Amino acid sequence: MDESKIGDVEIIISKSLRIGVILSAVTILVGLLMFLSSGNSGYPGNSYPTTLTAIIKGLLLLKPYGIIMTGLLILISTPVFRVGVSIIVFFKEKDYLYVKITALVFAILLFSFMLGKVG
Amino acid sequence: MTLIAIKILMISIFAGMLGSILGLGGGIIVTPALTLLFGVDIKYAIGASLISVIATSSGSAVAYIKDKITNIRVGMFLEIGTTTGAITGAFLGGIITPNYLYVIFGIFLLYSAIVMLKKRHDELPENVPLHPIAKKLRLNGEYYDKALQKNVVYNADNVYGGLGVMYGAGIMSGLLGIGSGSFKVMAMDVFMKLPLKVSSATSNFMMGVTAAASAGVYLLRGDIDPKIAAPVALGVLTGSTIGARVMQNLKSKTIRKIFIPILMYVSIQMIIKGLVGR
Repeated sequence: MDESKIGDVEIIISKSLRIGVILSAVTILVGLLMFLSSGNSGYPGNSYPTTLTAIIKGLLLLKPYGIIMTGLLILISTPVFRVGVSIIVFFKEKDYLYVKITALVFAILLFSFMLGKVG
Repeated sequence: MTLIAIKILMISIFAGMLGSILGLGGGIIVTPALTLLFGVDIKYAIGASLISVIATSSGSAVAYIKDKITNIRVGMFLEIGTTTGAITGAFLGGIITPNYLYVIFGIFLLYSAIVMLKKRHDELPENVPLHPIAKKLRLNGEYYDKALQKNVVYNADNVYGGLGVMYGAGIMSGLLGIGSGSFKVMAMDVFMKLPLKVSSATSNFMMGVTAAASAGVYLLRGDIDPKIAAPVALGVLTGSTIGARVMQNLKSKTIRKIFIPILMYVSIQMIIKGLVGR
């Protein structure tokens, strides 16, 4: 019974990663092709959006760099999302030891994100 | 512009393949290639290499996890070490000059390469005891080895040693930003005595998490340039997907033969960097 449990965890985590990978790759590809075919990034000079709101705004206005940055943002969030999904999966499997371990990792990650913003 | 993007894409496919096979993330190829071949500023090159690490990690993990090469429990547990290490590294960065650490870590890595060299003829670790903590955490496992065409059952030893080296790997990625992939593979291969394929796949799996934390900061700081990062991401995602399939059909001995010289190169580079000071 242990075997099947581990199997479920693996399938769900692998699927969550695949969704993130495909979604980010398609978004980046669309943005890159738009940029290369038009030669226009949607932003003046060499600039590009670097805040969350500016990136989303660029995406909604279909600006090539805004779309690429959205795809990169999805790519960057995928591993963090994966840790979050793992907590839920381990919880569903009633594997409380690993719920604790994964939650601890998630908390440390969030803490380091906050540190990054401050420093 | 299109031509440069295609060139970056090709190099990134190669970096993704090599990174996913060795568990190193591909930064060792992407960073020098961008700075030396394309004259990209080092800060954007590091930003792009973080993207490359995340892309290698997620791209290869899809196949490695499905085929059970990745040991998720080992990865999750050891991430406690890498994430706390990364925070320690970020703090240390403000207090000490990293030169000594480059030398210390470089020597340690060189030592590990020599240990690895000694077992270059071993295909799989043998007679590994199951550490009591490893038993409690259920870190042992099994996978189907496509090269050997058999099921490989394995144990995990020296959990504390492995966790300690992972903490060191975390400090490195927080402080120096290089070579942490090789430390992760060493922690699992040399210390915990896991099969090399499991070590490499699990190292890749873990790497995305720590890189994501740094990449978020780089992106907000404006150090991730879309025209460089986009072809890198696409190339590495493609390369790592291919690499994850290639690796399973390679013998561990073959992987080790590629791994050891790269490890020696990285360790010597670190020692020189520490002694010369940049």
